[in-house]
Amino acid sequence: MNTAGTAPPRLYAPREPIFPRRVAGTFRTLKWWLLGILLAIYYVVPWIRWDRGEFLPDQGVLIDLAHRRFFFFWIEIWPHEFYFVGGLLIMAGLGLFLFTSIFGRVWCGYACPQTIWTDLFILVERMIEGDRNRRIRLWNGPMTLRKARLRLTKWTVWLAISVATGGAWIFYFADAPTLLVDFVTLSASPIAYTTVGILTATTFVFGGFLREQVCTYMCPWPRIQSAMMDEHSLTVTYRTWRGEPRGRHRKARVQETLGDCIDCHACVNVCPVGIDIRDGHQIECIGCALCIDACDDIMARIGKPRGLIDYMTLADERLQAEQSHLKDLARRLFRPRVALYTVLWSGMGLALLVALFLRPAIEFSISPVRSPLYVTLTDGSIRNSYELRIKNRHGEDAIFKVGLAEGSPFALRLEGSDDSTTVVQADQTGLRRMYVIAPPGSDEAAGGQFDIEVWIEDVGASTRGAKRTTFHGSGT
Amino acid sequence: MKRSRPARDSAPPEPEYTGHEWDGIREYNNPMPRWWLWTLYASIIWGIAYTIAYPAWPLLTRATQGVLDYSSRAELAKSIKEFEDRNSALDLALLETDLTAVHLDADLLDYALRGGAAVYRAHCSQCHGAGASGTVGYPNLLDDDWLWGGSLDDIYYTVAHGIRSDADEDTRFSQMPAYDGFLEPDQIDSVVHYVLALSGQEHNPELSESGAEIYAENCAVCHGETGLGNRDEGGPRLTDPIWLYGGSEDAIRETIRYSRFSVMPNWRGRLSESHIRQVAIYVHQLGGGE
Repeated sequence: MNTAGTAPPRLYAPREPIFPRRVAGTFRTLKWWLLGILLAIYYVVPWIRWDRGEFLPDQGVLIDLAHRRFFFFWIEIWPHEFYFVGGLLIMAGLGLFLFTSIFGRVWCGYACPQTIWTDLFILVERMIEGDRNRRIRLWNGPMTLRKARLRLTKWTVWLAISVATGGAWIFYFADAPTLLVDFVTLSASPIAYTTVGILTATTFVFGGFLREQVCTYMCPWPRIQSAMMDEHSLTVTYRTWRGEPRGRHRKARVQETLGDCIDCHACVNVCPVGIDIRDGHQIECIGCALCIDACDDIMARIGKPRGLIDYMTLADERLQAEQSHLKDLARRLFRPRVALYTVLWSGMGLALLVALFLRPAIEFSISPVRSPLYVTLTDGSIRNSYELRIKNRHGEDAIFKVGLAEGSPFALRLEGSDDSTTVVQADQTGLRRMYVIAPPGSDEAAGGQFDIEVWIEDVGASTRGAKRTTFHGSGT
Repeated sequence: MKRSRPARDSAPPEPEYTGHEWDGIREYNNPMPRWWLWTLYASIIWGIAYTIAYPAWPLLTRATQGVLDYSSRAELAKSIKEFEDRNSALDLALLETDLTAVHLDADLLDYALRGGAAVYRAHCSQCHGAGASGTVGYPNLLDDDWLWGGSLDDIYYTVAHGIRSDADEDTRFSQMPAYDGFLEPDQIDSVVHYVLALSGQEHNPELSESGAEIYAENCAVCHGETGLGNRDEGGPRLTDPIWLYGGSEDAIRETIRYSRFSVMPNWRGRLSESHIRQVAIYVHQLGGGE
């Protein structure tokens, strides 16, 4: 090994501060709308009420961990139906694959919470400290009373947003109005305060200070996405063949020798991750499309067509440079993997829908007690016991009646009930002991195994279900 | 992704090197961001603080206790206490409610059944079996045949005071004499056949006929004139197909000659009053409760 040089290399790199300039345009407008809608969904949804009856919560969307119930408006999911959540997660994953293979990092650029809240924080920063140039001046300038005041104001607003963000999260897990009162009067559970504290801190730090570093250093998604994109995926790219050689256009000069890029750095100045898109495709780029807006604005002003920086596939960029013939964009984007992702994604969705609509009207299970298989009674009859679990998914207590098919040689009895009916409490699984009895001296009493069918009726809703189980005679 | 780029005005700056070189291969200096480094230091400090706060460093006989004085055993005791406190209202209600009225309160019944099941598994299943179906010498608790009665109060009394338990004056007590030597072997044989006849099994009519008189003189006091048993005396019913020590000819002969009985401990004093009530309620609803 050869150690050249005397100064030891630095072990850390300080962050280069980024001051994105304000930009207006198609994509910025679209992103403002998305930001508004997504934030509104996040903050408002827990406050939507939904009547489910006396004994069930009236919150539209509620993840009730204590009682192991998940409510989504008219759908209620019990723990044994967790596959719905699993299916939705698989759909979310496949959806990301699908969108990435077509539109590139559209998730990062438009919908990722990190992007949304960073956008919001930069908006606040700009409203308080001014646009790019003023912010740079303020940053480089000495610490004055004004600088301290502006910074403190900014941090306060950020903190307020962060508390609201962390605060909104917990409302998904408990009755929102009750929890808000408890929270404010300091009588909520410590878990609530810890959760809000952690989320407030992460929102404040991630949105205010770490920003693009979260995407570049912490998030695995950019790395995964590089593996999922190919040269036929849409991405924000610079038309090198059109822009180069770049240079300042001067009226006196002959413009033919220069490309369309006037090297005005508008695309660099608006970039929230601080890169130069003209350097080509980079892992830092979150595909936010703000440089497209910035460049389109400049192109309009110098009288050139828009789209020097644009959404396109890398393959197209090359073909355009060679002036080759291009197929229709939709056909170029439609590749076998897109078809595969679409089929998998919609197949999963269909399967979930079918599973949702095929949920049985009455859910119950019968498990024979096997220790002992049968009991002999004083009159010589043979009795089998079964554990009967009935799920009452109504918002109120419900009566269930069980019985055997007509003409069955067996008798059926429910422990603690004279008429084979039982009341199961609202939103609970009732566990009851059920007996099936073969009369003394009958073939069934002395025989081996018999298949029997037990029906159950939800008396209030008049719905019925049936299940088969086994009876063991004393000959087993 | 390879792409051709035209020459540009300014070439990118030469990357920094660490100065390390192996066979002409030089190492780039790609430093970590500062906050990343801080995270590392913070983790180290956290790690050290953790070993001070919690039991960690091994010593000769035990590990350092840690300034927070944490112990998982104490945590367990604490959470047991916490649950007992939480259940105290239910326990009190269970003591104040008549046993036959517990089923009217769904929450109380649920508590009693869950508690009773736990008590049963811990203290009763050794003899009566995990499924409560008993075995030879240990009664089956699922059927409708009871030696001392199957009402809630009867079961409660049996659990509290036990059967033939020396330690409890109020224990249930019965004793069948051993008839070996007291009756002649042929007399015993005829009683055996009389009992077989009572329970509807195959028997020798001649023997059972002669056994009827001996039965009436010696057995009817406890087992009843028609063999229906006597719960006050703990005399088993002989007319049904349920046998504590077996209903075959040999098993009945063995019982008459040498007599058999087993002991159930009194649980009052061993279990809390609430637990005794819970297990009584639990056993009562196993299928044979009266």
